[in-house]
Amino acid sequence: MKAEDFQLSEEIIRKEREMRRESIKRAWYRFSRSKLSMTGLIILLAIIISALFAEYIAPYPSHAGLYINFRDAYQPPSLRHLMGTDMYGRDVFSRVIFGYRYALMMVGMVLSIVVPVGTVLGLLAGYYRGRWIEHLIMRLADIFVSVPPLVLALSICSILEPNVFNAMLAVTLMWWPWYTRMVYSLASSLRNEPYVWAAKALGVRDINIMFRELLPNMLGPILTKATLDASWVVLIGAAISFLGLGAQPPTPDLGTMISEYSAYLPQYWWMSLGPASALALLILAFNFLGDGIRDVFAGE
Amino acid sequence: MSILKVEDLKKYFIVPQGVVRAVDGIDFSLEEGETLALVGESGSGKTTTAHVVMGFYTATSGSVKYRDIEIGYTPIEKRPLELRKEIQIVFQDPATSLNPKKNVKDIIDTAIKIHRKGLSSVERLKFMLSLLEHIGLSEDLLFKKPHELGGGEKQLVALARALAPGPRLLILDEPTSALDISAQARVLNALKKIQEERKISYLLITHDLGVVRNLATYVAIMYLGKIYEYAHVDEFFNRPLHPYTQMLLSSIPTLTEEEEKLLPQRILSRGEIPSPMNPPSGCRFHPRCPFAMDICKKKEPPTMIIKSEHGSHTVKCWLYVNAHERNLNKA
Repeated sequence: MKAEDFQLSEEIIRKEREMRRESIKRAWYRFSRSKLSMTGLIILLAIIISALFAEYIAPYPSHAGLYINFRDAYQPPSLRHLMGTDMYGRDVFSRVIFGYRYALMMVGMVLSIVVPVGTVLGLLAGYYRGRWIEHLIMRLADIFVSVPPLVLALSICSILEPNVFNAMLAVTLMWWPWYTRMVYSLASSLRNEPYVWAAKALGVRDINIMFRELLPNMLGPILTKATLDASWVVLIGAAISFLGLGAQPPTPDLGTMISEYSAYLPQYWWMSLGPASALALLILAFNFLGDGIRDVFAGE
Repeated sequence: MSILKVEDLKKYFIVPQGVVRAVDGIDFSLEEGETLALVGESGSGKTTTAHVVMGFYTATSGSVKYRDIEIGYTPIEKRPLELRKEIQIVFQDPATSLNPKKNVKDIIDTAIKIHRKGLSSVERLKFMLSLLEHIGLSEDLLFKKPHELGGGEKQLVALARALAPGPRLLILDEPTSALDISAQARVLNALKKIQEERKISYLLITHDLGVVRNLATYVAIMYLGKIYEYAHVDEFFNRPLHPYTQMLLSSIPTLTEEEEKLLPQRILSRGEIPSPMNPPSGCRFHPRCPFAMDICKKKEPPTMIIKSEHGSHTVKCWLYVNAHERNLNKA
């Protein structure tokens, strides 16, 4: 490569990097302007960190699973036990921190499958509108959507063994059609934009039209939906566990804990109050965050 | 050999209410390095014609030949890259024809990557910079997104993208009608310069007679899916024959008496273009024509060739068929 060519490419790469940094800065500005979305982000980060390092943060890490110490049972909230103790003398606060692990794992696993798969299927169906592939994908989505979500999840969990993994599988299976439907409707309107026709005139391959022309224009709604849905995934996961078809005791899953401890209401109210308010906090954080992400894309 | 030859092209759309005869039997040809302007009101079928040439629609019947190759029935997805390279398009509104999420470099690079394979990224960049300079765009725009550009700049970027593959035929679908006046001039100048230097043929779709005067070599007047007059641009402005053409020309606003004198006999525009779903019988212009005769309502006028110094000037109007023949036709 000639020296001047080298210089030119160096300069372009530098400018490109600069532009990217600039647009990230602008996106962060739009996000950080809203106090609510910042609050959501901070709460979520705190929850993620405490879940990751639960062993070090939880005051009684051993209380997460099977642990019995009847001497400390039924203690109301105090400085030693922030959320009190349960019927076996376990520290509820420690269990809640471990419980976040399962909730976040659920969200991560479900969304990391549902969002890409649902998006790709929706893109295919929307872009190839009128062809057999559209009918195949959308009718399949209709079938999954036509069964009430919780009923579908419950039937999958009861056919298979009730455990955390199968609960995730159930939620994944019931969730993808919603992304497919949303992306489908976006794709089938965007595919008639003149820039798509211009790309066709140039000979851009279909796969590149879908992923490089259409997808960037859908990222806003997709990511906003994903964050707002994260809270729904937490809720549905907890509901499945609450009904006894997800994680089984002594797993410190938030839903399982609420289910277990609700038998001790109202006298030992702190047992269920701990995991329930932890669940509410996580859901709230995701919702605030979703609003912030919407602002980031709306400002563009 | 013409670069583009269209013969008896028809494009019908079937809708729940019936059949829309958007283009109903038109003929024209375009020579290398020339510009043919398809002029008409909205709904006259000019954009449909352009889209058939592009392959966005396929023809219902008739033929569209690009250098003697039939392309009217090959949709864009089925056209080989070598053909797509030859025919490119600039759309009316650059705000929608440029992907809002891509910057100028990525937009033009897409075109270069496909049609100039084997270039390294630096070579592509150099090619892009020379293209931008040629069109009159600053390289500072390279990393801007469409919404950060002015209307004229956007349209020039769209033009650069269309030129990047090295087309021989460029379809300009109302290239200036979404722009403000100063931006229009900029785009028109760039188009003229490029045609002079590269000898590209333009198929210009427009309803702006100012653009026609600036760019066109030949003009075809479309009305409800048919071409009613075809002439060299000088003939078109100096000796318009069809009453519809005269009506269009006399609708140009004038400032002075002298300008007024240049216009043909004043024919006030009346009525609106009827629906192409149910076009009038005979000559489709007769309900709006001040000279309409009985025969105009009954029979479609033949195409008359009138000699002129700029080659053939054709008109489809009963006024130019002599009385004797008209009577024969009546009987």
